[in-house]
Amino acid sequence: MEADYGEYKLKARNLNLFYGSKQALKNVSIDIAANTVTAFIGPSGCGKSTFLRCFNRMNDLIPNVTITGEVMIDDIDIYKNSIDVYAYRKKIGMVFQKPNPFPKTIFENVAFGLRINGENSKAILGDTVEKALKQAALWDEVKDSLHQSAMALSGGQQQRLCIARAIAVKPSVLLMDEPASALDPISTAKIEELIFQLKKDFTIVIVTHNMQQAARISNKTAFFYLGELIEYDSTDKIFTNPSENATQNYITGRFG
Amino acid sequence: MNRYSITPALKDRLFKIFAIGCTGFALLTLLVLIIDILIKGLGRINWAFFTNLPSRHPEASGIYTALAGMVSLLFFTLLIALPIGILSGIYLEEYGRKNRVAKFIEVNISNLAGVPSVIYGILGLQLFVRLAGLGNSILAGAFTLALLIMPIIIVSTREAIKAVPHSMREAAFGLGATKWQTVVRVVLPAAFGGILTGIILSVSRAIGETAPLIVVGALAYVPFIPEGPMDQFTSLPIQIFNWTSRPQQGFIDNAAAGIIVLLLFTLLLNGIAIALRNRWYKKTSL
Repeated sequence: MEADYGEYKLKARNLNLFYGSKQALKNVSIDIAANTVTAFIGPSGCGKSTFLRCFNRMNDLIPNVTITGEVMIDDIDIYKNSIDVYAYRKKIGMVFQKPNPFPKTIFENVAFGLRINGENSKAILGDTVEKALKQAALWDEVKDSLHQSAMALSGGQQQRLCIARAIAVKPSVLLMDEPASALDPISTAKIEELIFQLKKDFTIVIVTHNMQQAARISNKTAFFYLGELIEYDSTDKIFTNPSENATQNYITGRFG
Repeated sequence: MNRYSITPALKDRLFKIFAIGCTGFALLTLLVLIIDILIKGLGRINWAFFTNLPSRHPEASGIYTALAGMVSLLFFTLLIALPIGILSGIYLEEYGRKNRVAKFIEVNISNLAGVPSVIYGILGLQLFVRLAGLGNSILAGAFTLALLIMPIIIVSTREAIKAVPHSMREAAFGLGATKWQTVVRVVLPAAFGGILTGIILSVSRAIGETAPLIVVGALAYVPFIPEGPMDQFTSLPIQIFNWTSRPQQGFIDNAAAGIIVLLLFTLLLNGIAIALRNRWYKKTSL
């Protein structure tokens, strides 16, 4: 597992986040290398999903959120006012806990990101949709029903469609918020296999409740507890010989 | 123990019989009314009834001008009420802040939906007929009816938008969509079925309204088809109202026939609303 992680793609420095007066993240700093899979683990309510959502400013949608500190992608601070948040979000794909395809056709779901950029060329849309679906390992299952409603797909297929939709706009980072928690074991295995493939092209950050999953797919693991980043190290180290007692207790199932 | 001989099971049955009785009474009343109208009016419904102008002679009277007036009135009403109502709904639900002012506005819009329609008529008389100088025109009537149905459109638009899952918005924002793109490309298409239902319900409300139109000066006898929005007009409910106040039996029959036409029109609109909604939900199946 010792690998050259290259430059750091994502960074957070002294990040604090408040919902109203309740502090959800406390002084979190992290460096995430390009083309790796990083898993965020921790008990419910520990702030891992909140932290993940800081990387594409999804917390902006919630009223009464205050954020201090820095979040950087490619060394650009994304909470500086001059940043174009919409252009920026296009560089960061996100996959949510529950599959959330639009009530449109399979094709239109994947093409959505291109269409909102004003891309109308049929050839380009067709090529990109095919490529994204192939990358998401869904092409063979849906190539004959591209113009049927995405709502008719199974849960696992819908989630892979959401991955295809996210990667169609060629982001460099893929944020995944418990992408397999609503899926059956076979679909979960497919998603995990997919994450392993996607690592070549994307920097992946994944929130998961499933520790075996974190151990299987990630290079590095970050353990969160009560809004703090307790420990961040290579996955091997976290799961075999963690430095902190809290981490040890959590991964052995003594709490959480 | 004899005093407590009403067992729970008996109570249950008594309540059921009472409930059936109430439902039956309501349905029976409706049935009697409809049968009465059908007996009186069905004989008057023929092609000439739709193409004749109003007349002193009941047999020669028709609803031509009333129908034309109603259709043009509806057209202008929707032209005014739809954009304002739908956009207000979108604003309140998607853009407006959720504070106490918003709450106050929300309560008042719901209240407006319950204000007696004659009040809208009086408002329309002062505001549109007199102050705006529109006179007894179709436009004055349309503005008045638009005020009347706007609360219904706003409320149903808001409900339909509220029913779109938040995860859809998140998905769109996550792909870098702006607020505008999210509303136009994701939220509105998904809410379209509900908005449409609200529109059609408000249309059936507008067709049946008589009181506000009488107040703003719709005429009972109009021997011509309106040619523009500033023309004077009559409408089907006005025509029916006028006929029922005549002493001759022939006009009473005419009124019954007019009611049948109006009922069918409303039924048709509601049918379309239900069909469209079902089709839309099947397509999107949120």
